[in-house]
Parts: sequence; C-alpha cells; structure tokens
Amino acid sequence: MADGIITLTSANFDETVKSATTPIVVDFWAEWCGPCKAIAPVLTEIAKEQAGKITIAKLNVDDHGDIAQRFGVMSIPTLMVFNNGEMKKKMVGAKGKSQLLAEIAEFIPTKS
Amino acid sequence: MADAKMHEVIIIGSGPAGLTAAIYTARANLAPLVIEGEPSSTSDQPGGQLMLTTDVENFPGFPEGVMGPDLMMKFRDQAARFNAAFITEKVTKVDFSQRPFKVWVRDEMHQAKSIIVSTGAQSLMLGLENEKRFYGHGLSTCATCDGFFFKGQEIVVVGGGDSAIEEATFLTKFATKVTLVVRRDVLRASKIMQERAKNNPKIEIKWNAQVTELFGTEKLTGVGLVDTVTGAKSKLDVTGLFVAIGHRPNTDLFKGVLDMEDTGYLKTRPGSSYTNIAGVFACGDVQDHTYRQAITAAGSGCMAAIDCERWLESQH
Repeated sequence: MADGIITLTSANFDETVKSATTPIVVDFWAEWCGPCKAIAPVLTEIAKEQAGKITIAKLNVDDHGDIAQRFGVMSIPTLMVFNNGEMKKKMVGAKGKSQLLAEIAEFIPTKS
Repeated sequence: MADAKMHEVIIIGSGPAGLTAAIYTARANLAPLVIEGEPSSTSDQPGGQLMLTTDVENFPGFPEGVMGPDLMMKFRDQAARFNAAFITEKVTKVDFSQRPFKVWVRDEMHQAKSIIVSTGAQSLMLGLENEKRFYGHGLSTCATCDGFFFKGQEIVVVGGGDSAIEEATFLTKFATKVTLVVRRDVLRASKIMQERAKNNPKIEIKWNAQVTELFGTEKLTGVGLVDTVTGAKSKLDVTGLFVAIGHRPNTDLFKGVLDMEDTGYLKTRPGSSYTNIAGVFACGDVQDHTYRQAITAAGSGCMAAIDCERWLESQH
C-alpha cells in the first residue's frame, strides 16, 4: 500500500470495495496508457490530502481484465467511485487535479 | 493570489517544442517557469500529442524506437535537471498588452519579462451530434489507451494521414478487422505508411467515404457512411471508432492578442520564432501546419529559446 494507494486485483476487488470505511475511487489503468501515467501523481496527491476521507485504489486492466469487463470499461483511464460497495459514479478520461477534486467532492465528507 | 516573483520567461505548453525551449532557457540560467497544461485523454495535455502515441521510430538517437510518453518524460527530466519549474495546470488567461507580461492559472497570476508559446495542436473530432455520448463507450480519442478493449472485435478508423494509418496498424493487434474510412480516393499518408496499410491483411480501406452517423443505445454498435462521390448511404457494424482526421492549433487563449492565420495557427516572422508582440515567441505545432514532427517542434523550441535569450539581453 505504497503512497496510501490500494492495489486491487480480481481476488480482492469485491471484498475491498464492500468493506471500505470511506468512499473509494478506483482507477482503471494500464502500463501502456500515457494519460493513465499522467494522472498517477494527481491521484497520489489526492490520496495523501484526503486520507481518511476517501480511499484511492488502482486496478490494472491488463492483469485483471475480468473486473474491467464486469464494469464495462472500454476506455482508460476510467475512474469509478464506490460507496458502500455500490458503483456511484463513472468518469472516463484523464483530468487535472482541480477538475477531479470537483468531480469527487460530493463523496468527500466535509467534517472529518 | 499573486506570484510576486518576476520570471525571466514563462513557457506555455510542454510538448517537444516547449520542453526543448525549457532545456535551453534553463541552461542559459533563465530559470523558466513551464506551465505545462493538465492531464486529459486528448492530445491537449502535458507532453502533448506524443503522449497518445506508441512507438516513435523517427526521432534521431533512438535506433530501436522509443515510446512517445517515455520520450516526453525524458524531455521533461532533462529540463528539470537544469531547474526548470513546472506548474501542471492550464493557463486560463493572458495579458500581453504591456510588460511585464501576465499569465493566469485560474486566479493565480504570474509575471514574466518574456513568453514562449508552445501550446501545440489537438486532434479534431468528427463533430457529430451524439459523438460525446459515445466517448468511452466505443468512441476513443486514444488508440494506445483503448485498443486493448477491442480484442476480437471489428472497428473503424477515420482518416487518411500518417496518424490514421499508425492507429489502424496498431489496432490490428487487437481487432479482427479494421476498416479505414478515407474521404478521398488517395491517402495523404507517407509512402512507407501507405505500404503498411495496404500490406496489412486486417486493414480494409473504404475510399470516398465519410462517417455521418453513430448507432447504438449504450455502446456503439455501428456507424453510418456516405459515399462522397455518389451520395449512397451504407452502414458498418462496428463496436469501436477511432478518429484521426487532423488537428487544430490550441490558440483560443491568444485570440485578438497574437496575430494568427484564419486557421488559428500563430504567425511568426519567417525564419524565427518572433510573434507580433516583442518579447513573445512561438514554437512548435502552434505555429507550424506544414511539418508537425516532434523533431521540427523541438528544433523550433530551440530557436524560440535562443531568440528569447537574445531579446532579453537586448533589453538591458
């Protein structure tokens, strides 16, 4: 769990998403995707700044294609927000930090 | 919030042109501030158009080829090594009407004695009504990102230039069939790329055709084509659509500020990077609709850095 970012796999996906104590943002990514690399540092920053309020997790679609397929991922990066085990929001495409924060703001508790 | 510091030079944009200008101005002790843009899934992003390409085979110094994003990371690391500073956001407003020049990133103002504009160009989309809806549901702006999801499927690539053929060829790794939809009866692409397309058994070229409709409820299921000669309509059942029909320069920020062609490309004094405003220089694809190569962009970035350095010198 380097940088406070969780690595998801086919094996731990459902359990992790269900048992998360905060809303969880899943980044569907792959090694060969330039824009995925571009947003990685942004996600690391958000994970640090919002620690305890929101969880950031990554799923490599190359290695765990079954999960990507289950959620109909056809373009990466795709970010999905899960809350209480349910998928609440899907965002396709790389975005800047401020834009991304605005998109997930509704899931970040204002009081910690 | 004002950035009290007066920069010698601010570089707007971070493709091969901007980062080469950063390397040169940094090595000239001008401590450039690079406002590199923000992540996106289009070519309008830090690193520029090469961030969406795979193998770059024609950049000198890499006999085995190099991945576009890797090449751009090397450019950036090299500029950072000489203390170029970076802001990973988009410039939202500029004021070049008086010196020092002012550049805003949202409400944050930065001042500089000189400016290098290297905002590049971005890919054109088809401009169809429901295009946005299918983005991420069969329509992709990034073949290298999304090709993987079209394993065993049939897809369409629109365009007849080098980048269209590069995408089509790359996509045959995954798709069972790639139909290349070309508006005319010839390809605009270079000879070597044309050969590649014609010799690839998985690529079929549809000449004199234009995509005019997109079908599907949630996901793309097909595209409607019109024959540009006869006007006849037809339908292709495909699950993927990739578009590579050309570029437009990222110059919205400079409308009414810098002289530009009708097409939006910035005008520079021939053989130099000088714009119509003294102290503002332009380099790379934002002022070049002819060559548009990583190496020519890098070359013009070097020109802008040297022009800028000499101009600053002349102001003392």
